[in-house]
Amino acid sequence: MTAQTFQPIAARPAPVRSDGALAWIRANLFGDWKTSLATVLVGGLLLVYLPPLIQWALVKAVWLPQAEACRAAGAGACWGVVAEKYRFIIFGRYPFDEQWRPLVATALMVALLVASCIRAFWKPGLAVLWLVVLAAFFVLMYGHVMGLSKVETDRWGGLPLTILLASLSIALAFPLALVVALGRRSSLPAIRTVSTVYVELVRGVPLVSVLFMASFMFPLFMPQGVTIDVLVRVLAGITLFSAAYMAEVIRGGLQAIPKGQVEAAATLGLSYWQTQRLIVLPQALAMVVPGLMNNFIAIFKDTSLVTIVSLYELTGSLGLALNSDADWRPFKIEGYLFIALIYFVFCFSMSRYSRWVEKQVNKGAAR
Amino acid sequence: MSPPKKKNWSWRSQAFRGLVYQVLAIALIGLLVWFLAHNTALNMKVRGIQSGFDFLTQQAGFDIGESLFDYDPTQAYWRAFMTGLFNTLRVALLGIVLITLLGTLLGVGRFSHNALVRGLCSAYVELFRNIPVLLQLLMWYLLLAEALPPMDVPWQLGPLLLSKNGLAWQAGIEAEALFTLSPEFLAVLLGLTLYTAAFVAEVVRAGIAAVPRGQAEAAAALGLSRGQSMRLVMLPQALRVIIPPLTNQYLNLTKNSSLAVAIGYPDVVSIANTAINQTGRAVECITIVMAIYLCTSLATSLTMNWYNARAAIKER
Repeated sequence: MTAQTFQPIAARPAPVRSDGALAWIRANLFGDWKTSLATVLVGGLLLVYLPPLIQWALVKAVWLPQAEACRAAGAGACWGVVAEKYRFIIFGRYPFDEQWRPLVATALMVALLVASCIRAFWKPGLAVLWLVVLAAFFVLMYGHVMGLSKVETDRWGGLPLTILLASLSIALAFPLALVVALGRRSSLPAIRTVSTVYVELVRGVPLVSVLFMASFMFPLFMPQGVTIDVLVRVLAGITLFSAAYMAEVIRGGLQAIPKGQVEAAATLGLSYWQTQRLIVLPQALAMVVPGLMNNFIAIFKDTSLVTIVSLYELTGSLGLALNSDADWRPFKIEGYLFIALIYFVFCFSMSRYSRWVEKQVNKGAAR
Repeated sequence: MSPPKKKNWSWRSQAFRGLVYQVLAIALIGLLVWFLAHNTALNMKVRGIQSGFDFLTQQAGFDIGESLFDYDPTQAYWRAFMTGLFNTLRVALLGIVLITLLGTLLGVGRFSHNALVRGLCSAYVELFRNIPVLLQLLMWYLLLAEALPPMDVPWQLGPLLLSKNGLAWQAGIEAEALFTLSPEFLAVLLGLTLYTAAFVAEVVRAGIAAVPRGQAEAAAALGLSRGQSMRLVMLPQALRVIIPPLTNQYLNLTKNSSLAVAIGYPDVVSIANTAINQTGRAVECITIVMAIYLCTSLATSLTMNWYNARAAIKER
């Protein structure tokens, strides 16, 4: 017998690393030939178009308010227009020396909106806080008391007006939407019909036509000698419009509540309103938070439409600021980008917040 | 002992209270409508505003920048409204086709294996849906007005000429144009399409995410490629979830086309605006606009409901 010498087989190659940056790139950018091709194509396009854009927006941009420098050959974006006109863009035609008032008022409103988003503030006192801050907002903006000079509403404009229109119409539309949503699910045929007709009518027409109605027709609706401010009319228009959309979202939540819940409430002897208030609405509203947040974002964006009926909120005040000034008019696109950024910051943070709330609400269901 | 007989019409019965509530609600609404109508009639009399739809047959007297069929200022108001309506429908129909294509691409792109494609698609969606559509329309209009070359030196691609004059299909610069799309039309179409496509992308993404994961795994087990699996397995099933919210986006696009009034595209709202300024018949003109949009919305809903019924799962 011959002695067998131990012959080890060749060692296996080390496994491919599945973590770390390199592995991620291999999996997500160069997985197979199709993915690699897409990476090369998309990456190539980005390499061609991104650098000139950055050059224009940042490197060659003019940041100081000098119109001549902006007009120089080879100059990039003219952010100087923002530096020069930002007070006009943000506060509109509000008297220049009094612009600390809209500034404080807007800061208060934003603080209120942020507070309304924090769970620790979700108490009945929040409603009182809303009333107090709204009153403070109007006193600051309108004046005529406590030594503040009077500023008519037609001089309000810019960001304060955008935020006022958005937050007030959300606050006013929500209760109306609740009633209409309950009305559409009511067992009383007349009330159901009225609610349905309202929702379908409003959802079938564009906001622009509702705003035209608010500015041309509402004055005719009023008794002789009564005039209402255009701001109030437009606010009423936006409120009536957005309530119909909100009502549909809430109705979606109401429909998702199992019938057993209502029957159980009836067994306990709760009345209709007790059932809705204590059993149905808390569950339904929690379910539709993302949809409602989408509504809020839509309302915020839709306030830009009031410039069509000559109320100068952010979009309108930009036009006012630049159209009359031949030096800066050529740089309107930079102005547009500036207010687009403002809108984006508000809307994007709302949509992130909505994601967060959704996670909180679904915590019970998640395992 | 039998239970006591139910008294149906006592003050405390539910049916009676329901009746009272309804009568009250109807009375209140009737009162409100009467109040508004009464005031309107009175105001119109005092201010000497004429009413009625008879103005529709009078001569319009204003020109319209672009129209699908012959229109000139000597024609009646109703022709002007028709021109506006067709301009609205033109934007809406083209836009619906474009958002369906672009939105589906973007939505599917968010499931790509390629991180660059995924990232670009979600960046697009976040950027475009968080900026008001009116602002986007104004920006595109301004960009087109600034970036396009003058009329005599257009960009040329085959028979297509692109200049400040819009997009024209003609054999040469000198030749008669077969059709022309104005810069206003291009701005409205571009703005509405890019904005609404972001929402369609979200709808498509949600629809695909709603298909059980086992379906994709089963498709992979059968040896289908990812493209095939998306086309043959995932999208047809996702369609059932996608169609209702997609209909809403179609309606939104149609309604948002009314924003064309802000950049001077002669859609039906813009025509109505001019007509109000010329005749002072605000009530009638706004009624016409609302009626037109209601009909369009209804028609779109009906078509999509019919399609939805066809796409729905056929159960026993």
